[in-house]
Amino acid sequence: MKKAGARFYTFLVFLFLYAPILVLIVFSFNDSETASRTVWGGFSLRWYRKLFEDRLILEALCNTLLIAVVSAAVSTVLGTMAAIGINSMKRLPRRIMMNITNFPMVNPEIVTGVSLMLLFVSAVRLFGGRSLGMGSLFAAHITFCLPYVILSVLPKLRQMDPNLYEAAQDLGCPPVKAFFKVVLPEIMPGIVTGLIMAFTLSIDDFVISYFTSGTTQTLPIYIYSMTRKRISPEINALSTVMFAVVMVLLIIINARNAGERKTEKKRSSMEV
Amino acid sequence: MKKGHLMGLCMGLAFCLILCLSPAQTVLAGEDFGPDRNGQTVEDGAVGRGVTINVYNWGEYIANGTDGSLDVNEEFTRRTGIRVNYTTFDSNEALYSKLVGGGADYDVIIPSDYMVSKLIDERMLAELDFSNIPNFRYIDERFRDPDYDPGSRYSVPYTWGVVGLFYNTDYIEEEITSWSALWDDRYAGKILMFDNPRDSLAIAQFMLGQSLNTTDENDWAEAAALLKQQKPLVQAYVMDRIFDKMESSEAWIAPYYSGDAAILVENSDSIRFVVPEEGTNYFVDAMCIPVTSGHKAEAEAYINFLCDPEIAGANMNYVGYSTPESAAKEYMDDEMVESPVYYPDEEILERTEVFVNLPENTSKLVDRLWAEVKMGGPGESMVLVAIILGFLGVYLAILIYKRQKRKRELA
Repeated sequence: MKKAGARFYTFLVFLFLYAPILVLIVFSFNDSETASRTVWGGFSLRWYRKLFEDRLILEALCNTLLIAVVSAAVSTVLGTMAAIGINSMKRLPRRIMMNITNFPMVNPEIVTGVSLMLLFVSAVRLFGGRSLGMGSLFAAHITFCLPYVILSVLPKLRQMDPNLYEAAQDLGCPPVKAFFKVVLPEIMPGIVTGLIMAFTLSIDDFVISYFTSGTTQTLPIYIYSMTRKRISPEINALSTVMFAVVMVLLIIINARNAGERKTEKKRSSMEV
Repeated sequence: MKKGHLMGLCMGLAFCLILCLSPAQTVLAGEDFGPDRNGQTVEDGAVGRGVTINVYNWGEYIANGTDGSLDVNEEFTRRTGIRVNYTTFDSNEALYSKLVGGGADYDVIIPSDYMVSKLIDERMLAELDFSNIPNFRYIDERFRDPDYDPGSRYSVPYTWGVVGLFYNTDYIEEEITSWSALWDDRYAGKILMFDNPRDSLAIAQFMLGQSLNTTDENDWAEAAALLKQQKPLVQAYVMDRIFDKMESSEAWIAPYYSGDAAILVENSDSIRFVVPEEGTNYFVDAMCIPVTSGHKAEAEAYINFLCDPEIAGANMNYVGYSTPESAAKEYMDDEMVESPVYYPDEEILERTEVFVNLPENTSKLVDRLWAEVKMGGPGESMVLVAIILGFLGVYLAILIYKRQKRKRELA
């Protein structure tokens, strides 16, 4: 009885989380002249066809993906380096550094956005440029992704046995090689988490991009600009495609992890 | 010790990189304006070949090649060799803040009437060279020399429309002819209103017989009082959600822009459009060039291209707004040209007024009055204060309880 109640509660939670996505997916197949989001007019793939004809949406999507990939990669590398540095600090400086790192995360996005815009505009003027664009978006996204990467790598470093690195050097490994052979594999899960986090944060960021985009347009900004007329169901179609892609990716990753764990278990049991 | 060195180095490097990176990136941004500005060859003869112009327009406001429409920007590039970096905004105010904030270098912008006059007042628009825009001759007489741009020196109309009432005849049987229907308590809870100050206040102003551009504070206060009186009957203050709400009969009556909502009338037998007899607001979205534009000649070529009757006709067919060029109508669907929603009678147009920019203190007053209408009077802010105090009380209670618990545990 108690179990059934718990199950029901879990079901409700998931329903609450996924119902909006479900509605969105259903209405991406809606056949309606008026692009309605509430009245069902039959099944059709028209919005998908329209989506792939719409150069503006695809261009915005391309921009968004490019920015997400680049800023996730760069901020992961920088963030990992910063985390290693912070980890080896003494207590007080480490505390100070952590506070500085946390600050952009608790800072309201709009403040970050506006201040970055002001900074970029004055920098562009200083160097004789004319307009913000892709470059300022990269800089802004790397900036706000960085703390999240640091925060996901740092715990892994703290868990790691510091003697491992020294042991490797004692055994004749040069520092750089020791880092790549010993430290990096240990903290890899943290790095991957940071990378994924940075990627998703960058893809759905609206506020900061809005202020720093100049004449470049990302997908969230494009969608927002549709609100005067109405958000076209093409966006439903696009979200459905993205949802499906992410879902498939997650399934693949999980399946692979599960596979690896199995082989590992086998190996360890054989060794025993 | 050694380890400390390495780690410190790593961290130093990381932060140095960030420092170096940010200005470098912005310089880069300054050099290439849009995503596709590199690798252009300048061909002889044609002006501006290989240049990219930045166009800033409302969202979903141009034919883009979907559903068999003309891809206007691509066609422009094909004909002139000028590339278009096309981006979109959601409101005049967003456009304004982008222009003022700097960091965005636009060549063609398409604001609405009152924003055009505001930008003119603030000297942010460049005077157009009409020898580069010969197609201006197609613009109908009534759209030249508008109140927002006396003499038509800074802007060329792109689209226009009127605000009218949409209502569902399944639920509202009488014929509606007046804005006062929005104050009719038989429709309580089924009425929608605009979610922006000037459009909403304009309706009250028409009922009171005022000018939309009055600077008399009492007039504005009176209009706001009328809206406050209406508030209990209003289901919601919305913009684009009106489509869903009207379609699903969640709401019965709503004011909206003719061009956007015409599709409602086309697709439903029971939804009707009327321009009330008190008169209405007529609006124009017009093409302008900011003074900061670095490619004025190319921008003028773009404006000229959009004024070409054939292009304008194909464009309006998709956008669903009214064109200011009678010559373009022969390239448009008959259904659209003959629809009174898109092209109301002359007699209705007589009773319209266009928004112009309000002086600073009046627009502040308007914003304040609107905030009062939407949030209610001081009575409701007391409720808010009470709620916040309540939360604070609960929070303090929890804190005190925890502290005492800890004390008891220690004791």
